[in-house]
Amino acid sequence: MTLLRARGLTKHYPTEEGLLDRFLGNRQWVRALDGVDLEIREGETLALVGESGCGKSTLGRTLLRLEEPTAGSVYHRGDDLTSLSTAEMRARRADLQYVFQNPTSSLDPRHTVGELVGEALDVHGVARGRERDDRVRDLLETVGLRASHANRYPHEFSGGQRQRIGIARALAVDPELIVCDEPVSALDVSVQARILNLLADLQAEFGLAYLFIAHDLSVVEHVADRVAVMYLGELVEVGPTEAVFSPPYHPYTRALLSAIPEPDPLWEGDRIVLDGSVPSPVDPPPGCKFHTRCPVASEDCGEWESHPDLESVGGDHAIACPYYDRVESTFGGD
Amino acid sequence: MALLEVTDLDVRFYTEEGVVRAVDGLSYEIERGERLGVVGESGAGKTVAGLAVLGLIDAPGRIEGGEVRFKGEDLLSASDERLREVRGGEIGMVFQDPEEALDPVYTVGEQVAETIRAQTDLAESAIRERAVETLDRVGVPDPRERYGDYPHQFSGGMQQRVVLATALACDPDLLVADEPTTALDVTIEAGILELLDDLADEYDLAVQFVSHDLGVVAETCDRVVVMYAGRAVERAPVEDLYYDPKHPYTAGLMASVPRLGADRDRLPTLPGSMPDLVDVPPGCRFHPRCPFAEEACTKREPPLVDASETAADARADSHQAACLAYTGDLSGDLDFEVEVRE
Repeated sequence: MTLLRARGLTKHYPTEEGLLDRFLGNRQWVRALDGVDLEIREGETLALVGESGCGKSTLGRTLLRLEEPTAGSVYHRGDDLTSLSTAEMRARRADLQYVFQNPTSSLDPRHTVGELVGEALDVHGVARGRERDDRVRDLLETVGLRASHANRYPHEFSGGQRQRIGIARALAVDPELIVCDEPVSALDVSVQARILNLLADLQAEFGLAYLFIAHDLSVVEHVADRVAVMYLGELVEVGPTEAVFSPPYHPYTRALLSAIPEPDPLWEGDRIVLDGSVPSPVDPPPGCKFHTRCPVASEDCGEWESHPDLESVGGDHAIACPYYDRVESTFGGD
Repeated sequence: MALLEVTDLDVRFYTEEGVVRAVDGLSYEIERGERLGVVGESGAGKTVAGLAVLGLIDAPGRIEGGEVRFKGEDLLSASDERLREVRGGEIGMVFQDPEEALDPVYTVGEQVAETIRAQTDLAESAIRERAVETLDRVGVPDPRERYGDYPHQFSGGMQQRVVLATALACDPDLLVADEPTTALDVTIEAGILELLDDLADEYDLAVQFVSHDLGVVAETCDRVVVMYAGRAVERAPVEDLYYDPKHPYTAGLMASVPRLGADRDRLPTLPGSMPDLVDVPPGCRFHPRCPFAEEACTKREPPLVDASETAADARADSHQAACLAYTGDLSGDLDFEVEVRE
């Protein structure tokens, strides 16, 4: 069952420029999201991957209307979230929660952990008084902290523990979906492993769905049921994890996968090093946005009227590249 | 004689909370052209070890003991002037954040030229020429045109290449690289690692590669030192370390990394966390988290000793671990396995 469905989701930001430019109408737009269609299913982990600046976080935030989309819709239980009032949207947030990358800056240092977790219960009127305090203690224990930690302040905790507090806050209102924005990338490997295990346990217990925004593909392969690959505000490949991590590939996915440093000194893989860096989203390349760095592009790729659409290559697996079969014939299967 | 010999290095920071023993009795050496990985988690002391080699420990930190010998010269007793000569000259350095390493108000070319100027007596035109060549060497496209660009006009990956150019401009023998690709995307990281590899081969450059990323270290390094709570717990050639770790901490670390193609529902984890370096546990510092710890581990601090299984393996590039299992003081056996490939 679909939990959340985005249709043509678009987000353009004005670049910060001088008053004169604005006056003269020279305002430029950062095209962070360009008509993204995506669905998140009940109880699944959907990973969203891509390089920095590709629009992953903007997509996560726009899906929950932490940012207003420029165009497009997000459907949740039949309603278009983009047309809900502020009050209606606040009520809806009890189902749709967000965990941020940096657990230090997302927790107010002046509040105790009990207050931080309890705040979510107050805002949504989930529990009051004694019941509220009991629930806070339960939540802390659920995420692997101690109930007695409720009286401490965020700075008394390590990075991994702070991320657990962030997760407890999100869990407090019993959500259906948690958007996890790089939840482990600031953590050491041994701590990362424990947070990943915790997320898996919570999913099994509460039937949560996750949108897992990440740049580390080894982590993604470990946690995700499905993967969506983004490049410059467009989805270039979507499918079950196994399908995305094996042929056929979008050339960008293939390059990303080949770049992962494997913790194996004897590993020998063909690395595809992409030329240059991600082009500016202010003025993205015409046609397929990836054609300027694509190892299998031909002349016509830059001449199309728009970025290619996602086309099914079998079942649930879709690739936005008409020439995806060139990847295997050029670089082989893995 | 090795290019760099560090013996019993002891670095402490005098803070309000107490004395932080950031590096405690660390010894290692790096041969010419060799790439040594220094791995560990936050607070292990790996960055401080790199800074100590460069003479860059500032108050409240102090080097309290040990030796750092570079080409036989004792750097710890060298004058500030001599140290400045060595840094940027025979020893180059690259840190995690290129934006912090580059001065935003100077052009990138000028910043590379500046290190050459400080180290040589070349004429201005020759300095400029050499700076352009160095930018070209590290893969900055159109170096002559981009010489006059400012750091903000470069992407993160290109900025890190410029930092590398400043480090390599005077043909150093040793490069201290502290998490040089951690702030970069994998695609950009791949390019920088490949470049480091080529440069090290081409110029017989030795690298002290500080990283928390086991994947990057596997790819880049010849030998590895694993640090935990200020001490070296294992030293080995890279293949031995990854395929046959001897210290329980290393084994735990290796097991907790998600690997492509591995079909595991849960990741094995280490309990607890890195101790506070103001107040380290007695005996083996890892014992509170170690699944094999015994009474003896709480009392005796294990020395770094040979952990090779057969005498034939115990050569110069031996495999060493700091665990009582290898001094005969443990009654049980270490029983762990690491699967690198399925």
